Amino acid sequence: MKAMDQASITFTSRSANEGFARACAACFAAQLDPTLDEVADIKTAVSEAVTNAIVHAYPDCLGKITLRLRLFEGGVLEFQVRDSGVGIPDVDQARTPLFTTGGEERSGMGFTIMESFMDGLKVRSQPGKGTVVTMRKRIARRAGVSK
Amino acid sequence: MPITVTSRDSELTIALSGEIDHHAARELMAQLDQTVAERLPAHLVLDLSGVTFMDSSGIAVLLRARRQLGHNGGVLRVANIPAQARRVLDAAGIGRLISLE
Repeated sequence: MKAMDQASITFTSRSANEGFARACAACFAAQLDPTLDEVADIKTAVSEAVTNAIVHAYPDCLGKITLRLRLFEGGVLEFQVRDSGVGIPDVDQARTPLFTTGGEERSGMGFTIMESFMDGLKVRSQPGKGTVVTMRKRIARRAGVSK
Repeated sequence: MPITVTSRDSELTIALSGEIDHHAARELMAQLDQTVAERLPAHLVLDLSGVTFMDSSGIAVLLRARRQLGHNGGVLRVANIPAQARRVLDAAGIGRLISLE
């Protein structure tokens, strides 16, 4: 499936960039005139994915994170967060609610929220190579709005 | 993150504001830890009316506050929850652990 539009940003794994990343995702989605709830869902899910990369992919150093945004036919948005960090040894375990290796500062609910707020979530990871989180959300067409 | 602390009888209210993400959470946890340790409230209300964004980092903040209070027998309530934060809390099922108003 060919993307109708796309954008990509690469940033350093500093926590200050969490807000920057979710704002970029919301701005890209704005071309579909989403509802406030849809924008909130996108910002929340992207924030979770980027935070995971910042906290877990590069635990002892700074690295690069790429957020790729794509728009497909039918109002489908794709948000892909890619890092080249330590990877996830067991993705199924990582996706289990309340599971975290981040201590008291993390709740272990990041993937649960991504799944709840998006229409699709795929996680590919290779220890030592990095992780790619791909999320899709369809923005409903509203009466009187052409997309 | 600025917090506002008010108290009445045995109830302490802490109003949070701004965006609660991982970037803000560490400092916020430290502020709440210090306030709870100093005041030892029997009832703590976290007022989220000024929170403009919250992700699962905010859940960790609430769970930590609940744990800190529990050490001294205190009880936590979360009040005035904006819609976006409510959706995050509901998705995580936090209402089973903390009183959400």
